[in-house]
Amino acid sequence: MTANSYKNQPDERGHFGPYGGRYVAETLMPLILEVEKAYEAAKDDPKFWEELEELQRDYVGRPSPLYFAKSATEKLGGAKIYFKRDELNHTGAHKINHCLGQILVAKRMGKTRIICETGAGQHGVATATVCALFDLPCTVFMGATDIERQAPNVFRMKLLGAEVKAVDSGSGTLKDAMNEALRDWVTNVHDTFYLIGTVAGPHPFPQMVRDFQSIIGTELKEQMIEREGRLPDTLVACIGGGSNAMGLFYPFLDDADVKMVGVEAGGHGVDTDQHAASLNGGKPGVLHGMQSYFLQNEDGQIQEAHSISAGLDYPGIGPEHAWLFDQKRVNYVSVTDQEALDAFQECTKLEGIIPALEPSHAFAHVMKLAPTLPKDHILVMNMCGRGDKDIFTVAEKLGVDIES
Amino acid sequence: MSRIETVFANLDRPALITFIMAGDPDAKVSLDVLKSLPDAGADIIELGMPFTDPMADGPVIQLAGGRALTAGANMNQTLQMVRDFREENDTTPIVLMGYYNPVMQYGAVKFVDDAAEAGVDGLIIVDLPPEEADETLKAAKTKDIDIIRLITPTTTNERLGKIIDGASGFLYYVSITGVTGAASADLNAIKPHIEEIKGQTDIPVAIGFGIKTPEDAKNMGELADAVVVGSSIVNTIAESQDISKVSDQVKGLAGALK
Repeated sequence: MTANSYKNQPDERGHFGPYGGRYVAETLMPLILEVEKAYEAAKDDPKFWEELEELQRDYVGRPSPLYFAKSATEKLGGAKIYFKRDELNHTGAHKINHCLGQILVAKRMGKTRIICETGAGQHGVATATVCALFDLPCTVFMGATDIERQAPNVFRMKLLGAEVKAVDSGSGTLKDAMNEALRDWVTNVHDTFYLIGTVAGPHPFPQMVRDFQSIIGTELKEQMIEREGRLPDTLVACIGGGSNAMGLFYPFLDDADVKMVGVEAGGHGVDTDQHAASLNGGKPGVLHGMQSYFLQNEDGQIQEAHSISAGLDYPGIGPEHAWLFDQKRVNYVSVTDQEALDAFQECTKLEGIIPALEPSHAFAHVMKLAPTLPKDHILVMNMCGRGDKDIFTVAEKLGVDIES
Repeated sequence: MSRIETVFANLDRPALITFIMAGDPDAKVSLDVLKSLPDAGADIIELGMPFTDPMADGPVIQLAGGRALTAGANMNQTLQMVRDFREENDTTPIVLMGYYNPVMQYGAVKFVDDAAEAGVDGLIIVDLPPEEADETLKAAKTKDIDIIRLITPTTTNERLGKIIDGASGFLYYVSITGVTGAASADLNAIKPHIEEIKGQTDIPVAIGFGIKTPEDAKNMGELADAVVVGSSIVNTIAESQDISKVSDQVKGLAGALK
């Protein structure tokens, strides 16, 4: 890494440029400093990585395949499209990558109880899974609205032994679940580890989650060189908090020829008040322990996000994305609910892969971008979650009654 | 001498600090309640700045902020409340308490300037630890506004020094690990912490979180220079907009400290 590297962030206080940091109540400060110490020690311990790598291989099924999406490539008639198949991971999404890493850190710290927040339920399921694996009690905070629209995942979490606590405050979505998890953490700071579900929160969480998710991009680099003998030209990933995108992008940040696109959830359109595009429709602020971009009014009151995808329905974004946005290293675009819904169906029919609504946003952008690119242009999209959990939402939007 | 210093210098008993949320349930009632507090026995007033996502607050204060925001509260209105209060009262200190984002959007330096001009004496910004507070602290020092620092049961000795270093006015000891309005703290557990802090500084120490009844106030008052009562007063405002009920409650609390 050089002095000009994009990979030198964050600084020792957890700042990515002006973003990130540790904006938390004093009760949590000492614990957060402890988490940082424990993570730094783990990083330097070969035994930690040995245990993690074994779990990634035998429990998660890594490396996830790199799949040439032939039908999509032919249909769109431009760039050569690959999917990084993180939806094939155990639990059906990329979230398991950072859950395993974090629970190993929690165990090193001697913590005996795990809490987390979840939106779509993917992070909740992944957290409940690793808690079952390590026999630790798990409490999942989930917005009441999300519980309703993600019933299958709620049931999964309960089967895995987790307690799912409904959060009624605010709009009853991911932001409110995160507030409630932080309140629980403040109260139970002595024995509890907050297993954060994205590259957000106070330092060291954005860095730690990114590092655990970087396996996506690291594997891709190797796979692509083996397959095509070179690096890809463009990477595309959807962004809520931004964990799968950060994991895909990070290992390529210093490869100047690799373009990167982060796809935000545009809801009913970024020019309406019904979207979740914090970079394209928000401004810098402080929430949930970090400085980053947030949807907010002039008075600094946080606004509700909207997305058809519960996993992207968050009015903020990880601080490293905020910095990469300012640096213009990554291009951040948005697609609407309708475009994502169309892409969901298109991907399913074309490739026989039912994508989650989250990567359906990424695919919607691929559908726009690929036809404009030459045939020798290699584009990789992160298929970060499978869509089984979303079939009820999609059926409802399409006016199909599958529950009666 | 600042208003806060004057209060502590003149009292030979623990001070009563009362918290209300600015604009709860609306601007008019909230201003009337604010004006009534000194006569009822409040020595210092903490005025909450409403925020959509109050991570350190329990349900009572969350709901109060929600009511205020629904009624149209914003940062300008909160400062206007202080100006209106100062027309009649130039002695009771007012400390604004809230979260950083609304302050940041206002502009931290401009906010400190306008708050000082309005007659604010101190600021408590819950999610702004010393590590991130440079800009606000520097601005506050030039305007003689105290940045009130929080100390908690989890604060290590190493951090205690750092916290005290930039503190003025008083130190706010959060008596429990938890959110506002939660269960009361165990007196015996707190005592050594307060003694530790007192051993390191002459800045007055207030105890807050979980203090609800006159008896709680009396007990905590024996350990510290001030006690903070918030959620139980906010609860009274939520249940009845009758200002005499709030006054009676504050009188009861003040009486217990005499």
